[in-house]
Amino acid sequence: MAAVLRIPTVLRPAMGGESVIAVEGSTVGEVLLKLTKTYPAIKSQLLNDDGTLHRFLNVYVNDDDVRYLGGVEASVTNNDEITLLPAVAGGVW
Amino acid sequence: MLTLSSTQRDAILATCIRALPNEGCGLLLGTSDGVVREIAASRNVADSAKVYEIDPRVLLRAYRRADEEDLEVLGVFHSHTHSEPYPSPTDVRQAPDPSWHYVIVSLRDTPADLCSYRVVDEVVSAEPVLFLD
Repeated sequence: MAAVLRIPTVLRPAMGGESVIAVEGSTVGEVLLKLTKTYPAIKSQLLNDDGTLHRFLNVYVNDDDVRYLGGVEASVTNNDEITLLPAVAGGVW
Repeated sequence: MLTLSSTQRDAILATCIRALPNEGCGLLLGTSDGVVREIAASRNVADSAKVYEIDPRVLLRAYRRADEEDLEVLGVFHSHTHSEPYPSPTDVRQAPDPSWHYVIVSLRDTPADLCSYRVVDEVVSAEPVLFLD
């Protein structure tokens, strides 16, 4: 099934400069895994070695944060809009 | 250069003061020439005086708002409650977007100090901030 993936500016240079692409997969994990095969440079920003979501990556399917939908197991259906949002954080550590 | 209205500057300072004793934070929406059009204040979801993290829901709404209004998410502001307005090593490591403006408000002294930086390949450069009445 094809869903729409919105890519944040910070990831675009490593993903061909595109802001929106069509993606295939029935779960968020499948979609992200396919992305990392096409764009290996972004793998460390999306997924941990065990296949879970990176701590500093927020993923939304439509209006819902996938951390509350089962993480990488969250379902993706046709015409869903997936948004990748790297966390914006910092501090005086 | 970053351009802020005095109203936007006051909104940033108010957000940071309200967040005390924690760090305050929010996003800057505007045009690619560095002119800020809107401030999106955020809760600090890190709930900390030493660390900040923008609420992801604020981030999502800001990107959607930017798309609707033909704006860009230009950058982020946050406060340092007891230190100078200069990016910490953590700020630099977690500032991966070379196109963003990173605004830091120091609440250490009165009046508060607001500065803006660009961070490219972990190299920090201060930039001028123009305040419009």
